[in-house]
Amino acid sequence: MGFTLLYLSLIVLIPLSAVFLKASTLTWDAFWKIISDPRTLAAYRLSLVASLVAASVNVVFGVLVAWVLDRYDFPGRRLVDAMVDLPFALPTAVAGIALASIYSGNGWLGQYLEPLGIKVAYTPVGIMVALTFIGLPFVVRTVQPVLAGLDPEIEEAAVSLGATRGQLFRRVLLPELAPAAATGFVLAFARALGEYGSVIFIAGNLPMRSEITPLLIMIKLEQYDYAGATAIASVFLLVSFALLLTINFLTLRYNRMAPAEPAG
Amino acid sequence: MSSNTSPLPATTESPWVRRLLIGVALVFLGLFLVVPLVLVFVKAFEEGTAAYWAAVREAEALSAVRLTLSAAAVAVPVNLLFGLAAAWAIAKFRFSGKNLLITMIDVPFSVSPVIAGMMFVLLFGLHGWLGPWLAEHDWKVIFALPGIVLATIFVTSPMIARELLPLLQSQGSAEEEAALTLGASGWQTFTRISLPKIRWGLLYGVILCNARAMGEFGAVSVVSGHIRGLTNTLPLHVEILYNEYAFSAAFAVASLLTLLALVTLAVKSLIEWRAGLRAARR
Repeated sequence: MGFTLLYLSLIVLIPLSAVFLKASTLTWDAFWKIISDPRTLAAYRLSLVASLVAASVNVVFGVLVAWVLDRYDFPGRRLVDAMVDLPFALPTAVAGIALASIYSGNGWLGQYLEPLGIKVAYTPVGIMVALTFIGLPFVVRTVQPVLAGLDPEIEEAAVSLGATRGQLFRRVLLPELAPAAATGFVLAFARALGEYGSVIFIAGNLPMRSEITPLLIMIKLEQYDYAGATAIASVFLLVSFALLLTINFLTLRYNRMAPAEPAG
Repeated sequence: MSSNTSPLPATTESPWVRRLLIGVALVFLGLFLVVPLVLVFVKAFEEGTAAYWAAVREAEALSAVRLTLSAAAVAVPVNLLFGLAAAWAIAKFRFSGKNLLITMIDVPFSVSPVIAGMMFVLLFGLHGWLGPWLAEHDWKVIFALPGIVLATIFVTSPMIARELLPLLQSQGSAEEEAALTLGASGWQTFTRISLPKIRWGLLYGVILCNARAMGEFGAVSVVSGHIRGLTNTLPLHVEILYNEYAFSAAFAVASLLTLLALVTLAVKSLIEWRAGLRAARR
């Protein structure tokens, strides 16, 4: 108990408070000037929009993948199931260089997309691709156990009462899956916001256009502009904390709603 | 993993819908997971096996391997201790502020790795709070191994605690109490009763923590200083090679990390399978 608190204080709390203390040495005007700079605002906006898009893509495909893995049997299902966690296990830098070279103008997929006028690498679309990759397991892994734990009798009852497959999905399954999918969405979104390694290779990193917030912080640090970096970071941290509280709130509410699982 | 062996005909889709859904899911996963994986190995061997081995055995690559291994060798055991202590405290004792503590354990997951690295620069960097004092004693933290280890510990600190917590919470402490009343010491109770019950979860947490520790990029990138042959971990070495347009060398080194990821996934599935077997046997 004491060890846990000491460790958390040393590793988490003190370093985090260093960021806010450093930011508080700035005057309000200086702080405001940094975070309202057009380049900073563009980075904030890009980070938010790209992460939202990526997390939304992940909700749609995550529910689909969880459904397919839980309900259907097909050759290689267990292999596919194990592969879903690849983005958790693969170092982000490796993912970054792989995705960048797949979608670059002469890459495996880029060479077919570019003649169609779709540029992925070195544009905001590329950032969304990378963020979709790293957030992929979250929704699948939050929805999967809920699907597996659903009582088949409920669905059978709905069908025997004359519900069509579409009605069943909308009225019976979706309400059950929604809280888990929402948790997965927020998890993927939070991870995407802070992601750095997989994005910088594919992003192109042009100021105002394809520069994400973590990269801007990195650039400021490399220029020894610690005040600027901490100002940008402290706003970003507050957003992350708000998300974290949302996640915990969602999980807490969800756990309270879920019926107690029968033992055995 | 429970699979419905034979659902009632009325509660499943027609074969065509089923095939379509499976197809869409597999195309999505193929595009996002399989293509990058295959590409790493194809690009790594593009210039032949000799070039591959040369890139992997080069002195700077080897020193990056050593640095990555040593950082993980410190970070994983430290977080194992923390994970055990934290999950134990939360699951077995009652105290107020428990939810706050759980949230605090999760904080590193939601902090951007770049910000994580920056915190340690603010604390230990040359212009940081402790910087002048460290310089006086000639201790290097930032742009040296201790900084890399600290950043890695921070980023991976929730991983083992997070795996163990639900496990310990679901088990309660009845068996431990029985052992204690029968005269077992605290340590005996831990090694004979508690540890065997959580060993799979523990192993699971350790390999995931290890994968993340060896692959961490953003946080380490801030504190390392990118000194070649000295403070370059494997992921940073990949970045440098890639930015120097040494693509096949970059992918050769990346393939080592990819193998690590694949081994991690294999061990993880094995553990899940074993745990599933055990659960089924009961």
